[in-house]
Order: sequence, then C-alpha cells, then structure tokens
Amino acid sequence: MTRLPDGRYVDDAPYDPQDDLQRLERADMDAPGWLLVWRKFKTHRLGLLSGVFLLLSYLMLPFAGFIAPYTPNERNADYLYSPPQMVNFFHEGRFVGPHVYSRTAIADLENYRWSYEEDRSTPMPLEYFCTGGSYRLAGIIKTDRHLFCAPEGATIFLFGSDRLGRDVFSRILYGAQLSLTVGLIGITVSFILGIGFGSIAGYFGGKVDWIIQRAIEILRSLPELPLWLALSAAVPSNWGPVAVFFIISLILGILDWPGLARAVRSKFLSLREEEYVRAAEMMGASSGRVIRRHLLPNFVSHLIASATLSIPAMILGETALSFLGLGLRAPAVSWGVMLNDAQNLASIEIYPWTAIPMLPIIIVVLAFNFLGDGLRDSLDPYEQ
Amino acid sequence: MNILKYTIYRTMTMLLTLLVVSVMIFAIINLPPGDYLSNQIAELRATGQAEGVAKAEFLRQEYALDRPLWEQYLIWVGFAPGPNGFSGLLQGDFGWSFEFDQPVSDIVGDALWLTVLVNLAAILFVYMVALPLGVVAAARSKSWVDYSAAFVGYLGLATPNFLLALMLFYYGHKYLGLPIGGLMDPQFEGEPMSWPKVKSILIHLIVPTFVIGTSGAAAMMQRLRANLLDELGKPYVETARAKGLSPARMLTKYPLRMAFNPFVADIGNLLPAMVSGSVLVSVVLGLQTIGPALLAALKSQDQFLAGFVLMFVAFLTLVGTMISDLLLMLLDPRIRYGGRDQ
Repeated sequence: MTRLPDGRYVDDAPYDPQDDLQRLERADMDAPGWLLVWRKFKTHRLGLLSGVFLLLSYLMLPFAGFIAPYTPNERNADYLYSPPQMVNFFHEGRFVGPHVYSRTAIADLENYRWSYEEDRSTPMPLEYFCTGGSYRLAGIIKTDRHLFCAPEGATIFLFGSDRLGRDVFSRILYGAQLSLTVGLIGITVSFILGIGFGSIAGYFGGKVDWIIQRAIEILRSLPELPLWLALSAAVPSNWGPVAVFFIISLILGILDWPGLARAVRSKFLSLREEEYVRAAEMMGASSGRVIRRHLLPNFVSHLIASATLSIPAMILGETALSFLGLGLRAPAVSWGVMLNDAQNLASIEIYPWTAIPMLPIIIVVLAFNFLGDGLRDSLDPYEQ
Repeated sequence: MNILKYTIYRTMTMLLTLLVVSVMIFAIINLPPGDYLSNQIAELRATGQAEGVAKAEFLRQEYALDRPLWEQYLIWVGFAPGPNGFSGLLQGDFGWSFEFDQPVSDIVGDALWLTVLVNLAAILFVYMVALPLGVVAAARSKSWVDYSAAFVGYLGLATPNFLLALMLFYYGHKYLGLPIGGLMDPQFEGEPMSWPKVKSILIHLIVPTFVIGTSGAAAMMQRLRANLLDELGKPYVETARAKGLSPARMLTKYPLRMAFNPFVADIGNLLPAMVSGSVLVSVVLGLQTIGPALLAALKSQDQFLAGFVLMFVAFLTLVGTMISDLLLMLLDPRIRYGGRDQ
C-alpha cells in the first residue's frame, strides 16, 4: 500500500484485468451462466441505462391513465392548439410549490388562429390524487383518480394541446400503451415463425430446407413498407380498434421473420453435428425434443439480443403506417396516430409541439438499440 | 461457372422470383372483400344512377373482373387471353386505373423514371457518406470522429424517416432557401428534358436524397467500421506496420479491400429498405414518384394501379440486387464459383 501525495491509498500489486480473466479456477468465473452475463452487462452503462428505462416505461403502461392528467380523447374546446405550459415553483420570487397560471384564448383575427394570454397574477397550485375523467386502471379497475391535475379554472398542458384541444402529454402516455406493445406482439409472431421455420430448415435439411430458403430469400428481397401498406389496406374499415391493433402487429411480424429464420438455420446446421445431439438421437429422443431441449437453449440468448434489435423496426413501422393513415385509426391513440396531425409544414412551423411525439419514438428506439448492443456484447462472458 | 453462365443463372432465378412475387402481390391486392368496381356499382345503384352502372359493368367485363381469381391472375400477368386477347403485364398493358379513369401507364408515366432516379441518388449518397466515414471511424476508433459518427448514425436509425423529411424541408427552406415539395419546379412538369430542368430536379433532390439515405448510410457505416476493425486486428496488419508501411497506404492496400466485399454485397439488404423509405418520403414530401400513387390506389382498392406499382417496386429491388451480385462477382474472384456448398 502506497500513500499518494493527495492522500489516496493505492495497491502496489500490478493490476491487469485481462490477466485476471484468463486465469483458471477463478471463483467469480465459476458462477452460473446468467450471472456471468449479468455481471458483464452491468459494465455496459448505456445498455444498462436503456434497459432500466425500458423496464420503467413498460411498467408504467398499466398506470398511464393514473399518471396522465387528462383522458386521451377529452376535448377542451376553449384551448385549441394551446402551447406547452410550464410548471412553476416560484411566484414573484417566493416559493409556493408547483403551480400553473390560468390562460385565456384570444382570437387572433390577423393570422386566423388562437393566441393565449397568461394571467400571471395568481399562482394556481396543482392538485394531487384529484378526480378527473374516468378511465380503467390496468384495463380493469374503473376509477377517476389522477396523480395530478390542474386546479379549477386552469389547465395543465405540459406538452401543449392539439387541434381538438386534447392534451398532448396525456395522449403520449396513452399512445405508449399501443406503440410499445405493437413491437412486442410483432416480435412474438416473428419469433414463432422464425424459430419454427429456421429450425425445421436447419435440422432436417434437404428439400424442406431448399423451399424455406427460397421463401426467405424472396421475402428478404422485397421492400417491406409497400407490402405492409398493401396488407394493412386489406384490413376492413369496420373493425374495432383492438382488432386493428392486433392485425397490424401481426402484419409487422409476418414480414420480419426471414432474418431470424436465417440466423436460426445457420446455427442449427453447425450444432446438429455435435456429439451431444447424436447422443440424444441415439437414446431415442424425437426430433422435436432434440430441437427444443438440446439445440434451442444453446442460442436462445442470441435470439433475444437480435429480437431486441428488431423491435425498433416494428415500432417505426407502426408509426409510419399510422402516419400514412393505414395503420391504427382514431379513436385509438398511438404515437403514429398523433403524428398524423403534424403531417404538414404549417403545423411544424406554427404548432411545433404537435410533433413532440417524435421524441418518445426516438428515445425508445435508441434505448432498444443500446440495450440490444449491450446484450449482444455480454452474452458471451468468456470472450474478451 | 464463368461470368456469362452466372449472369444467365442469376437472371433465371430473378425471373422465377418475380413470378412468385407476382402471385403474392396479386393475392394481397385481392385480400380486401369486393373490388373497386363492385363497390362503385353498389354505390351507383343505391343512388339510382343507371348509366354509370352500365359503364362499370362494361369495365368489369373488359378487365375480366367477373371471372374466378386464378383466371384473373393469368390474364393480369398475360399468360392467358383476356376479353381482348393477350394483354397483361408481359405484353406491356398495365391495366386500367378505375380511380383516375385512365390507363395505368399514363398515370405512372414519368413517375417510374423519377422513382429510379430518387433511389439511385439515395444509393450514391449512402456510398459517398458511408465509405469515408466508416473508414475514418475504424482507423481512428474511439476518437471523437468515431463517437460523433456513431452518434449521428444512431440518430439516423432512430428518427422516423417522414419526420426527418418534414424537419429538413422546413429548415432547409428557411435557412438555405431550398425549394419545398415536388421534384422539379412546376413550370418544368411535362416539359422535355433541358438543362434548366435537370438543374431544378437536382436541387429538389437534395432533401429527399438525404432523408432516404441517412438510415441506410448509418447502418452501412457501422458495418464497414466493424468489418474494417476485424481486419485491422489481424496479424498481417501488424506485420505491415512493423515493416514501416505508412498508415494510409497500409490501410488502403489490404484491409480496406477485404472489408469492401460485404460493403457491396450489402446492397441486397440496403435496396429494399431504400425503396421502402422512398415510398414513405415521397408521400410526405409530395414527390412525383410512384409512392403517392401507391398509397392512393391502396386506399381506394384501385387494384390494377396498386398491383402494377407493387410489381414495379419489387422489380426494381430485384434488379438492383442482381446487379450488385454481378458486381460482387467481378470484384471478388473467390465468389466466381459461388455455389453455396463449396
């Protein structure tokens, strides 16, 4: 132990992280696989941060109605295109806690739009656990409690309001329910198809393999969006929002599986020659059992990483479809449906806050990318 | 297998693929219940306009919409004679657009060339941006160049195309005076090619190219960087360094050439994404490509128009992929005998 001039203690023994890992019989390398993966993943700061963020976002979904001050389709006819409101803490230099100021709409007859004037004389403190529009908590419990809402006579539009006077912030929270789950359902569909076809092709080989390979090639060589568009145009317009949501996620998943199937197939091709597979077969295990018990567990973690990386494409796909008017439809609320309002240059110039839903999209897509990168890097804990 | 043989083989597989794709597209187009004309006939009947019904009935027979689906398909492609003999895609008759009441070929017309042009420009952009940035990012890995390139790349991947288009259009117009909307100034529309028209098109291409190309460039750059980094870690690079080769020369002599293969091969992945992007961006920016026509046709079940546009888009990607495969073979002699079993 040496003491540095600035008072810190430093160990004299040479430190070499590489050397450490290469040594055999290291206690911390003797842990189960998932623990090793977790240890390595923890060092990937950005991935860890993204993972935590995504976890919180998904956990938030059932409680979106509670956190949002308004319900998604609640219209405030007196506050059309109201710009974002700040939550203030200090009123005239004095701390009064979180409060907003009431605003009134003035018709701007010169530009034909509403402008808003804030009455800054009286601070109006926010209310908590107050009653508002009713919603179903987690889709089951009917309630009208909200985490916070504006006091009587004032509004709380954190991200402004849209053309019908609906609160953009609340709609983003509600939109997350659809926009975030569309990717999960899509990836499930893609997983089932991809693993199914990939393992059949890789394990059995021969003619089946040839047919599946050609199918994969054809699907991969086609541009996705026009096909998505064509498929979603076929969804009957009289279906309810829930049915449309499921069918759209299905469509997103159906065109995504070839990439996964290809990866699965190539893994199977190399793994099926392993001795333990031969052993299992000789002991009379059926093909299904060999695939499920002996082959799949080998690379399921890789599959999870690649799934994480393909969820963003689905989220963006849903957004694009809804944006073009062929995906989810109002009254369903998703980020793409919201952006449908921000479609023209005029709204970007005059009401830039209607484009705010793009921020959650970008953040979530980035988070999935970082998480996927982190997972991929840490899945092989022995590799340096 | 020599080059000629490989080209023929590749063309045959492409044609076969196109055939399968045509079946698929026809099936998808016919998924929605009813068709444009029967909807129209029902509507006309409901409002009591008899003369319109007669015309619609006539069109229905003219385009064989009253026959079973498989017959319709054969007639559409041109394998079987329709009411007017063989007149399908193969014979160059693309059908009739019921929505616009015009032949499909008149509606798409110029749009086909502009679509090809937009996509070509975007691909050029991808290569021009991804190549230098990817090389620099790998050669100077973990420097600010690397990090900022990665940052821009991630942002490009994560921003929805259409929003990027709107933003760039707005700011490009506000600060750089770039034109808004369309692919050329209105006065050049329908005019023959001339120097001012070309110039106008080029200026209008800037934003769309950038928007369509960004995400592709980001992905391409990341892949080139990864490949090049792999190569740079190999012993022969160390040898070259030890022998005192200058860094730039060392880089271009071997590792870059090795890392270049996947770069060209990747066009097969790149192209579908680009075409997707261009359809979306065209709708948002109002470019006169086939994107807006596709969207309108799909929404109104204008089946011949939608079918033709989808076929064209598929054709474009397949041809592009084939060209890249042939290029790759010229570039890398090892692929020449390209059977996958060797």
